[in-house]
Amino acid sequence: MEAILSADALNKSFGQVIAARDITVAIPARQTVGIIGANGAGKTTFVNMITGYLHPTSGRIRFQGKDITGLGPKEITRLGVCRSFQIAQIFPTMTTLENMVVALGVADRLAGRSGLLQPLRQAGREARAQEVLDHYGIADYGAQLAGVLPQGVRKLLDIAMAVASEPKVVLLDEPTSGVSAEEKFATMDAVIRALNEQGITVLFVEHDMEIVERYADRVLAFYDGTIIADGPPAETLIMRDVREFVIGDFQLRHPEGGGHA
Amino acid sequence: MQQMILTRLGPLTAALLVLGFVLPEWLLSLSTVAFAKGLVVLGLLVLWRAGLVSFGQALYFAGGAYAAGLLALNTGINEALILVLAGALAGAFLAYVAGLLLARYRAIFFAMLSLAFSMILYGVLVKNAELGSTDGIGLPPVTFLGFDTADSGRTIPAYILVVVLAFLSAIMVEVYLRSLRGSLAEPIRDNEVRVEYLGLSVRGLIHTKLVIAGALAGLGGAVTAIAIGHIDPDATAYWTISGGFVFITILAGAGSVLAPFVGALVFELVRSYAVAYAPELWQLILGTALLLVIMFLPGGLWSLFTRKRQEG
Repeated sequence: MEAILSADALNKSFGQVIAARDITVAIPARQTVGIIGANGAGKTTFVNMITGYLHPTSGRIRFQGKDITGLGPKEITRLGVCRSFQIAQIFPTMTTLENMVVALGVADRLAGRSGLLQPLRQAGREARAQEVLDHYGIADYGAQLAGVLPQGVRKLLDIAMAVASEPKVVLLDEPTSGVSAEEKFATMDAVIRALNEQGITVLFVEHDMEIVERYADRVLAFYDGTIIADGPPAETLIMRDVREFVIGDFQLRHPEGGGHA
Repeated sequence: MQQMILTRLGPLTAALLVLGFVLPEWLLSLSTVAFAKGLVVLGLLVLWRAGLVSFGQALYFAGGAYAAGLLALNTGINEALILVLAGALAGAFLAYVAGLLLARYRAIFFAMLSLAFSMILYGVLVKNAELGSTDGIGLPPVTFLGFDTADSGRTIPAYILVVVLAFLSAIMVEVYLRSLRGSLAEPIRDNEVRVEYLGLSVRGLIHTKLVIAGALAGLGGAVTAIAIGHIDPDATAYWTISGGFVFITILAGAGSVLAPFVGALVFELVRSYAVAYAPELWQLILGTALLLVIMFLPGGLWSLFTRKRQEG
């Protein structure tokens, strides 16, 4: 299957510190990929390089066959690669609905559906924003200021805004971090359902293995800046190196031992 | 929407134009200078909403004033409409050039860099004999749509000109503020990262705002030059002039495109009366007025109108 997104020998160093080394991976369209790894393993560096927040020291990134290495966030977003953040990037002094209206307004403008001087606030756009919030199960928070929303709702709003422009690929950086145990599955259910319905390829960074097992078609396990395992969750998560270096509970969960990566 | 703005601003502008034939000359002169400053503050409002405070609007104000003056002196063109257009273009051009650097900075760095730019122009003006040095330059008599004002005086025509320009500028800024690019001021102030990851260039958006603010400041400078008939560095380019514009912005509030004109009028009235009745204390009086506004009306004088509307 042809890759929609690929990285070829990506490296990133900050002075003497190597944050990413020789990352090579190809992601087919419509796949849901879980990215796991301990803190400092290079997961967020990988996401930051793909989305233009950081530029790789060497290596190439391709999206739909086009070389996007070195492009900035604006250009990469416009091409169809969007992202959400570990700390939700929303507009805290605006209401939830206004946040969504802004995201849809920008998406309309970039798609040429809205003129240069047309007002942002339009009845039709507000109704669409309400529909999107409803789709993510956060419509009840529409009138609340985004800055005081519960963590799970902030995450959902961040993701809903990220995909307002109907991207081809979305990268979610720890979508359930800070979300309570009771909320995490509901949050991911809402996110994955919405993204799958739109046919979006998803890469999500996650520490919670239950989430990874449940939602990912494929797992990329990072350790020391590189990918040490790549495959379906059922196979990858039981690999010895993954459990020892990534999950960190080898003896606890699998006292009988397991295979090498 | 444009219709709605016209409905609101149209009658007010018509009333102001009628007052031009009724009010005493001193009040017309004061109002002309106030509304010219209001134009500059209207530009500051555009920046203010995005969380940017410029302490250097005098750069564009002086640029507009000198452009109008030099055009009149050197080419013989003395039609006011052409002179104000030249002022606006000069302000926009200066803002475009300065914006290439300014748009990269935020907060105190943005404020201080804008101040530095304006003081560079001040330094150039005071040292340049061609531009009149500290004495400045005088403007020849101007015509308003072909009407010669050499004998009749320019007070009423200048007042009418500034009211019409304020009306048009307010409409254009209102349309801009409601558009997507204008509406992104608050998102930029809140979270630039998200704006970039929605697919827009924050630097580009801010650069546009700087050019709009520069054009309005240049327009204000040109109108002031025409109304007063004389331009000098201390009255146009010195840092206290920029400070005065920021003062009016805080006094007025950023709630409406009308606020800058209300704020500028109140500022000029308070200053004029303070200077007339307490020449030793006028700065103290102005400072106290600003302090009271910050303490009791953090949204500026305009919040009095919005409060009243909400209570009603």
